[in-house]
Amino acid sequence: MTAAAAILCFEAVSKHFGGLRVIEDLTFAVRPGTRTALIGPNGAGQTTVFNLITGVYPVDTGRIRLDGADITDSPSRRRIGHGVARSFQNIRLMPHLSTLENVMVGQHCRNKGIGGVLQPVNLIPRNRWRTEARAALAEAGLGDYERATVGSLPYGVQKRIELVRALMARPRLLLLDEPAAGLNPAETEALQMQLERICAGGDLTLLVVEHDMHFIGALCEEVIVLDFGRKIAEGTPGEIRRNTLVQETYLGAPAAAPMEPHGAARSA
Amino acid sequence: MSGYLEGILVLLAVNVVFAYGGFLPLAAGQLNLGLAGFAAIGAYASAYLSNVFKLSPLIAIPSAGIIAGLVALAVAVPVLRTRGIYLALATFALGQIVQAIILNLEIVGGAAGYPVAAFIRFPTIAAVAVIVVLLVWLLFGTRFGIAVTAVHDDERVADLMGIDVRAFQIAAFALGSAIAGVGGGLYAHHFSFIEAQYFNISLSITIVLYVLLGGTQTVLGPLLGAAVFTLLPEVLRASANWRYVVFAAALIVIMALRPEGLVTGAQLRRLFGWHRGGPGEAGVDAAKERA
Repeated sequence: MTAAAAILCFEAVSKHFGGLRVIEDLTFAVRPGTRTALIGPNGAGQTTVFNLITGVYPVDTGRIRLDGADITDSPSRRRIGHGVARSFQNIRLMPHLSTLENVMVGQHCRNKGIGGVLQPVNLIPRNRWRTEARAALAEAGLGDYERATVGSLPYGVQKRIELVRALMARPRLLLLDEPAAGLNPAETEALQMQLERICAGGDLTLLVVEHDMHFIGALCEEVIVLDFGRKIAEGTPGEIRRNTLVQETYLGAPAAAPMEPHGAARSA
Repeated sequence: MSGYLEGILVLLAVNVVFAYGGFLPLAAGQLNLGLAGFAAIGAYASAYLSNVFKLSPLIAIPSAGIIAGLVALAVAVPVLRTRGIYLALATFALGQIVQAIILNLEIVGGAAGYPVAAFIRFPTIAAVAVIVVLLVWLLFGTRFGIAVTAVHDDERVADLMGIDVRAFQIAAFALGSAIAGVGGGLYAHHFSFIEAQYFNISLSITIVLYVLLGGTQTVLGPLLGAAVFTLLPEVLRASANWRYVVFAAALIVIMALRPEGLVTGAQLRRLFGWHRGGPGEAGVDAAKERA
């Protein structure tokens, strides 16, 4: 795949923390409209990849391109404007804001200048931005929680609110950090349906860090495997399951952990 | 209106204005212990403008607020580079510097104090206080309020959401200082005499306490905090010399029982039946105490 066709492109990116080599000469590309999983043992560097994409950390060497544009030196605050939004491994909603206000935080990057900052979102019930945020919550089945203080809500609900908040930025690339972690099977299924729905248009690209291989098999068409900050494999979920190196380093022996593809029907 | 009652009400209105000066930076997660300095700038600027240029207090006071805000804007860039306890110390030092400069400024009387010719009564002061409360309430009903709270709650995530964290911190600091300046102007024109010694660190701390006692999460908090702080010592007047002991004890009890302040956002949402989510909100409230 050429770099121009990719929505996200890592070119020989390295990141060290002191002597710790967290990301080592990492190169990969994500095609627009696809759903790609980033897997590997805990500490393999998946979250660091997200932090490098969103500018939480600067890279040591290498370049990161988003839709062809080099964002390597772009400040973290501006990256959401380039079309990349994310969720967090440990939920990071604003505890002193209501659910609706948290979702409206996601709209901030589309509200430019003084006029945007002074939008009377909490003064006028029919304010355009407020209406949009309420509609998004209702569509996600979270309308009942609009006025609730987020800290009081169940974990699974908070995770879905975080997803709605990220979507309010209208991203082209959405980074989800362990979206299914800590969810019960029913919640995982609800999340999967929500993700299927938001991806239905084909405009959104997903990059997902996840350990639940069933979830990945059902959702993603591409998998990139990291180990000690290096890419050790990439391919379809089916190919990755059969990859001996991945089995050894991460998935475990086939006999010990049968990898019956949950989404076997999907053309791999 | 009796002189005593008017005196109390004037103090209440001025303290309410001061409280909103402390509220804005605190809402953005910043402790400004230099508020008295900005109140002093407002008081002296307003007094000077009306004494020398014969401006009406109604023009001099807002102008003084703008001057205090501009000074804050100028110093915000270096001062707001510090954070936490260092920010508190830096703003404290700022207040001391302002006080020291005024003490040496012969043009406004220096250490001898500065008489203010133009006099304003309670209705004017009350009207200005109401306007300040309304303006802050309106401002916090806009995206500004959400962004400032987001900066307070999680700077990192706010930044990743595209919020210019520093710009909002500077704006909250400067606007708060401007409001403190207006409060200083009101004080100057009612009490007709100002001296640098009044605008000391204990004024700054008292203002911060109004806000912390009332609650930093809602626009209602500072109003309630200033009211309790101003009126409680008067109510306790009957207990003579013990009133400050009783007052301090009452404050400690309030802070222990309501660590997030008298009014919190979650509480308002519950009170007005806005909350339709899951149960157990009260427990989580306690766990989410503001540091």
